[in-house]
Amino acid sequence: MVSEPVIQVEHLRKVYGPTVAVDDVSFEVYQGEIFGMVGTNGAGKTTSIECIEGLRQQDRGSIRVFGADPQKEIHDIRRKVGVQLQESQLQPRLKVWEALDLFASFYESPLDWEKLLEQLGLTEKRNAAFARLSGGQKQRLQIALALINDPQLVFFDELTTGLDPQARRAMWDLIRSVRDDGKTIFLTTHFMDEAERLCDRVAIMDKGRIIALDTPENLIQSLGVESRVVFTLKEPHDIACCRSLSGVTLVEQNGDRVLVQGKGEMLVVEVVTALAKEGIRFSDLRTEQPNLEDVFLAVTGHEMKD
Amino acid sequence: MRGFWKLASIEFKLFLREPSAAFFTLVFPLMMLFIFGGVFGNKPQYSGLGIVDLSVPAYTAMIIATTGLVSLTISISAARELGVLRRFHTTPLTPTAILTSQVLVLFIMTTLGMVLLLIAAKITYGLRFNGNVLSVILGFLLSSCSFFALGFVLASIARTARSAQVMAMALYYPMLFLSGAAIPKWVLPEAVRTYGQILPLTHVVNLLTGLWLGEPWSDHLKEVAVLVVMMVVGLVVSAKTFRWE
Repeated sequence: MVSEPVIQVEHLRKVYGPTVAVDDVSFEVYQGEIFGMVGTNGAGKTTSIECIEGLRQQDRGSIRVFGADPQKEIHDIRRKVGVQLQESQLQPRLKVWEALDLFASFYESPLDWEKLLEQLGLTEKRNAAFARLSGGQKQRLQIALALINDPQLVFFDELTTGLDPQARRAMWDLIRSVRDDGKTIFLTTHFMDEAERLCDRVAIMDKGRIIALDTPENLIQSLGVESRVVFTLKEPHDIACCRSLSGVTLVEQNGDRVLVQGKGEMLVVEVVTALAKEGIRFSDLRTEQPNLEDVFLAVTGHEMKD
Repeated sequence: MRGFWKLASIEFKLFLREPSAAFFTLVFPLMMLFIFGGVFGNKPQYSGLGIVDLSVPAYTAMIIATTGLVSLTISISAARELGVLRRFHTTPLTPTAILTSQVLVLFIMTTLGMVLLLIAAKITYGLRFNGNVLSVILGFLLSSCSFFALGFVLASIARTARSAQVMAMALYYPMLFLSGAAIPKWVLPEAVRTYGQILPLTHVVNLLTGLWLGEPWSDHLKEVAVLVVMMVVGLVVSAKTFRWE
């Protein structure tokens, strides 16, 4: 990443009474990337994003968005950013087209909202009241409102919370297409699979601190977590051949079920080759790759629970 | 003020889509007019004025209390609870524009409610007026501003839309019945009239009725003082305690 940082955060700290919500958080977000913050509820994600959006004032540390301070130059920043807030609703009787027409009027040169409506698949719902929309439709409308000023930077806070798996996947495609338009995206989520599949870089937050920050691949690799190959023997057979493979650290046999664990991306190829060479017949083979969930567990020491 | 007029026009539409708000501001005063007018008529009896003539300024006070105290409190606290205020706050819209648009729409609705009442009373009961038009408009403006300030205070201190509604109602109903707004002052017992002095709406009723009768402002310095203080204190308190979320 050589481009100019869009967001620069240094030593951010925010306290609510006796609770330290965000503690000494520093990171940068670059032009054109999807940057994700993951963590449990209460880890400090929303507080961080809302300080950057200028909705809250930090107790310590500095924030720069396009080089400007959100506390002093918020007006300039607001023209260039789009925001979707966590759990934010609109007036129940406000119609979809009215919401877009209204938000478009806040900006100097807004996008054509009719087109936006079409891109987000809301054309049929243009006359529907906000209260009558499904969860996914409400979120698509929130995305449309966040994009109406053709922002360079878009914030999505827990965009897919409360959506069914299909709607979540549709959101991922939408977010990718927004990025493909050249926009920078800052999102928070408590879904590990979402962060892994969607984000270019991920910051893992726990108890107000960033405890890991890198691309999902690097985070997974840095952990040195081993992958696993599991298969079922068609007939009883000695599997010593698997034990002698390089990189294998563990072989377990439980009846006809065999688990081989080891390092390296080629593990599955090596295991299958060895089995074929020995003429061992097997079925139901699958591999288990380590994922971001494993990384989270390893770095925080606790599971991803709400 | 980019977006201000669009926001105000949307708020206007949303107000009319809320059946209870539109009913109590625009229709209920007319119902009161026709019920009391139908029962008592409008024969001149108090210095040339009839019951309807004296009720119209009192019903105007009722409309001011409905929009200022109830509608404003509920709409601001509901917008806050839904996160609408916070969402607006992330756009280039200024805080002043967000709040002013609410006040403007409710002021227009208040005026509309009063104008409908005046037209209906004129057509049906030949409404009589002894005062100065400019004075009545000024009294109406002062009363509206002080009640809107009171509404802002309630909206600021209420934690939820639900509690805002309860607080607004707890103030609204006693005022409606004990201030002379809904029930004419002259049928209220002496004790109620005395204690009614602590209710802000009593001063609106007295001021507007007095101006309607053509009494000079100097007869109503107490009412003016109470309403001005309420407006100033309300604005200061709400400016200090107002929350966007």
